[in-house]
Amino acid sequence: MAKLNINGKVHDIKAEPDTPLLWAIREQVGLTGTKYGCGIAQCGACSVHINGEVVRSCSYPLSAVKASDMIVTIEGLSRDGRHPVQLAWAAIDVPQCGYCQSGQIMAAAALLAKHPKPTDKDIDDAMTNICRCGTYQRIRDAVHIAAGDAKPSWPGLAPVVQAKA
Amino acid sequence: MKRIRLATATRPASLSRRKFIVGSAAAGGGLALGMHLPLGIDAIASAQAKEVPGAVAEVNAWVVVLPDETCVVRVVRSEMGQGTITGLAQLVAEELECDWNKVTIESPTAGQSYARKRVWGEMGTGGSRGIRTSEDYVRRGGAAARIMLLQAAADEWKVPVAELSVSAGVITHTPSGRKITYGKVAAAAAKLTPPDPKSIALKDPRTWTVAGKPVKRLDTADKLDGSKIYAIDLKLPGMLHAAIKQCPVFGGKLVSYDEAKIARRPGVKRVVKVNDQAVAVVADTWWHANTALEALPVVWDEGPGATQSSATIAARLKEGLTAPIAYVYRDEGDALKAIEGAAKKVEAVYSTPFLAHATMEPMNSTVRISGDRAECWVPSQNVEASLASLSEESGVALDKCEVYRLDLGGGFGRRGGTQDYVRQATSIAKQFPGIPIKLVWSREEDMTHDFFRPISQARMVAGLDANGKLVGFHLRVSGQSINAFLNPSSVADGRDERQMQGYYERAGDAQLGYTFPAFRLEYAMRNTHVPVGPWRGVNTNQNAVYMECFIDEVARASNTDPLQFRRALMTRHPKHLAVLNAAAERAGWGTPLPAGVHRGIAQFMGYGSYSAAVAEVSVSPDGRLKVHRMVLALNCGHAVNPQQIAAQVEGSVAFGLTALLYGECPVENGRMVSTNFDTYRMLRLAEMPKVETVIVPTFDFWGGVGEPTICVVSPAVLNAIYAATGKPQRSLPLKNASLV
Repeated sequence: MAKLNINGKVHDIKAEPDTPLLWAIREQVGLTGTKYGCGIAQCGACSVHINGEVVRSCSYPLSAVKASDMIVTIEGLSRDGRHPVQLAWAAIDVPQCGYCQSGQIMAAAALLAKHPKPTDKDIDDAMTNICRCGTYQRIRDAVHIAAGDAKPSWPGLAPVVQAKA
Repeated sequence: MKRIRLATATRPASLSRRKFIVGSAAAGGGLALGMHLPLGIDAIASAQAKEVPGAVAEVNAWVVVLPDETCVVRVVRSEMGQGTITGLAQLVAEELECDWNKVTIESPTAGQSYARKRVWGEMGTGGSRGIRTSEDYVRRGGAAARIMLLQAAADEWKVPVAELSVSAGVITHTPSGRKITYGKVAAAAAKLTPPDPKSIALKDPRTWTVAGKPVKRLDTADKLDGSKIYAIDLKLPGMLHAAIKQCPVFGGKLVSYDEAKIARRPGVKRVVKVNDQAVAVVADTWWHANTALEALPVVWDEGPGATQSSATIAARLKEGLTAPIAYVYRDEGDALKAIEGAAKKVEAVYSTPFLAHATMEPMNSTVRISGDRAECWVPSQNVEASLASLSEESGVALDKCEVYRLDLGGGFGRRGGTQDYVRQATSIAKQFPGIPIKLVWSREEDMTHDFFRPISQARMVAGLDANGKLVGFHLRVSGQSINAFLNPSSVADGRDERQMQGYYERAGDAQLGYTFPAFRLEYAMRNTHVPVGPWRGVNTNQNAVYMECFIDEVARASNTDPLQFRRALMTRHPKHLAVLNAAAERAGWGTPLPAGVHRGIAQFMGYGSYSAAVAEVSVSPDGRLKVHRMVLALNCGHAVNPQQIAAQVEGSVAFGLTALLYGECPVENGRMVSTNFDTYRMLRLAEMPKVETVIVPTFDFWGGVGEPTICVVSPAVLNAIYAATGKPQRSLPLKNASLV
C-alpha cells in the first residue's frame, strides 16, 4: 500500500513497491494523460512533476515515492487549462498526433518554473523528450511565447505561400 | 471534466461536438465508459440526449445541422497528427457556406460505413491521400447540403431560390431582406431530394475564404490537458489487459511455455496461445501482464530465419547490384553503350537500412466478443481493414462487427492494411467471451515486430563527355519489395514498379524530374525474411537519396554547380524545376554563407506533389555535423491549410533527419537488435534546424502533403555534407560514418 499525493489529492494505492509510478497513475489512479512510450526513461512521454522536478515516471518505482511528495500530472498542471505553456501550445497549434505532448508540456512547465526567460540553450538542454511527429520547431517557439519573449503572431507563423495568379 | 476553452477566431465557441461524443464516454475517468457506442456518428443521438430543443437534421451524409447552428461535418479519414480532419472540414465548410466557428466534426465507424454501402467512400488513410483523393466528393457533399438548405428556405418563403444568398450559415432573401439561419431550415432541407453531384459547380479555389486559409486545428484542446483518450487509454467495464510476445525470429513458431511459473504472480488470469507465433498473458493490469510475460519461460522454434543477419542480407543485396538478370523498368537510348564510350565515368554504390515506424503510441487494440457481436477499439489508418480482420479472426459476420477508431498516436504507415494487433486482440478475446481485452504491445515488441521499411542498395554509373556533359545514366536498385511481402502475386517475376517510386516516366504521381540523354533503370528484387511495409514516404525516401546524391557526384565530376546541373536536365519538367527554383531562391543559393557553412540541394516527387530542399550545414574538423537551416519548397497543387502544411513539412524534416542520422534496425541471429529508443535513436529538439516552408501551389492538381517532403531532407543534407567535406556519404545512417 502506497500513499500518493497526486494533483493535491491523496490516493491509497494497492500495488507492488516496484511498480513504476507511471502504471500506478494510469492503472490505479486512472489518470491517462501521462503516457507510456518506452518504459526506459528515454522518450519522456510519462513526464510528471514531483515536488516541482520533472520525473520520467515509467522508471520511477512506487517505493521511491514518499507520502509527502507532491506529484503533479498533466491533468493537474492547471485548474482551467490556462497554464502559460498550455496557452502557448494552443496559440501556435504545437501538437500533431498529441501523444507525447503531455510530457512535452510538463517538461516545458518545469523549465519555465526554473528559468522564466529561457535561452535557446536552456530549451535545448531541458526539452529532451521525443516527438515522433517532429513538432520541435513549434515547441521551441511556444516555450518562448510562454515565457513572454515572443508573441504568437498568428498567422505570421504560417509559411510563405507564393500563389501564382 | 475540465476543458481548455480557447477564445480564438477559428475554434468553435460552442462545444466541440466530436469532443462531446468522445468526452461523454470518457468523462469521469475510472470505469465510466458506458456500454453505449462511444464513438462514431452520434450527433443526433447526442443532441437528443442533451435535450437540445428542435429537430436535428442530417442534411446529407456529410453534414448534420443542429438547431443551435452547429454544423457537424462527417470525416472518415484517420487523424494521426497530419491535420486531415481540419483540412477536410475546411473543404466541406467552404462549399457549405456555414459559419466556420460553428463547425465541428464526427467520424463514422467502419460498421456504419458498411451499413450505408460506403456512402463516405474510402476510409483508409495512407499514401498522403486523405485530402487529395476525397476533395472532390467532400466538396460536392458540402455544396449539395448548401443547395438543399437554400431550397428549403426558398420553399418556406415561397420565393425562387435564385433570389437567395447565403453567408456564414445565414440565408438572405435579397429582394425583401428577410433572413433565416441554417439551423431553422435544416429539418426541411433533409427531406428534399439531393441534387445530382455531377450537376454541382464547385467554387474556384482562388475565391476560397475558409479552405486555403491557415485556420487552426479543430483537435488541439484536449491534447493539452491530458483529457484526450487514445486507444491505449481506453477503459471498459470488466476489461482485462493483455501483453504479447511474438517469436523474436521472424517466421519462427511458438513451441511451449510454462504457465505454472507465473500463474501465482499478482493479477495474472491466464496465459494464452495467440496464434502459432505468439503467446500472451492476460491480467488485471497491463503492468502485471507484461511483467509476468517477461518472467514466462517460452520455447520457440526459431526456424530458418535464425541464420540471417545484417551481413547475410547485405551480401544478398550486393549480389543483386550486378546480377545478370534484373527487371529493366526504363530503357531510353543505349545508356550502357553511352557510358562505355564516355570520356569520364562516375560510379557509386549507396545503401539504406531497415527502419521501424516507432509511433509514440505503441501498437494496441481492444476487442470484446459478446454473443453474436464483435467490437474493436483501435488506432487504425484503415478501419475497413480493421473490420475485416475482426470479422475474419472472430468468425462473426461483418454486419455484426463494429470498429471504433480512436485518433492515432502516430501512424506513419504502420497502422494500415496489416491489422496484426487487431487479429491478436481478437484471438485473445475469443478465449474470454464477453470480456473486453485490451492488448498493448511493449515498446520492445513494437520495435522488433514492425513491418519495416525495406532495405536496399543502389548502384549508379554515369558517363560524361569531354565537355563534362552527361551522356548516359544507369541506375539499379537491389532490395526488398513491399509488394512481394504483402501481395506476392502482384509482382511475379520481380517486376515491381512500386520499388521505383519517384523514378516514373509518367506524370502525375512520382515522376522523375530529369531527362537523361540515355537512361537505364533496373530493379533486382532481393527479399529477406524480415516483414516489410510502407513507412511514411515509402520508397521515395531511399530512391531520392540514390538519385539526388549521385546527381551531386556527377555534377562535381562535370565541374558544374549542382543547381545548374539539375536545371539543365529539367527543362522538360517545368513543375519540378519551379519548385527547385523556389527552394533555391528562398535559401539564397549562391549567396555567401558564414565561414564553415555549406549548402546542399535536392528535389524529388512523390504522392502527386513536387518537393525541393536546401540544407545549410557545417561539419567540424572532428566530423561533427550541425544542420543549421533547411528551406523546403512544396507544390501540392492546392494548399488547403498552409499552416498545417508547414507543420507537416517541419515534421518531415525531423522524420527525415532521424532516419539520416540514426535510423537502422540491424539483424542478428534472425531477429531485430534494436529494441527501444536507447538504440533506435530519434532526433531531439536540440538537433532540429530552423525550417522555412515555401508553398507554391499552382491550382491545377491535387497533391499529398504528409509524405512528399521527407524524401528531399536526407539528400539535401548529404549534399551539403559533400560540399563541406568533399567526401560523399553513401551509407545510411550517418551515425556509423566518419564524415571527414
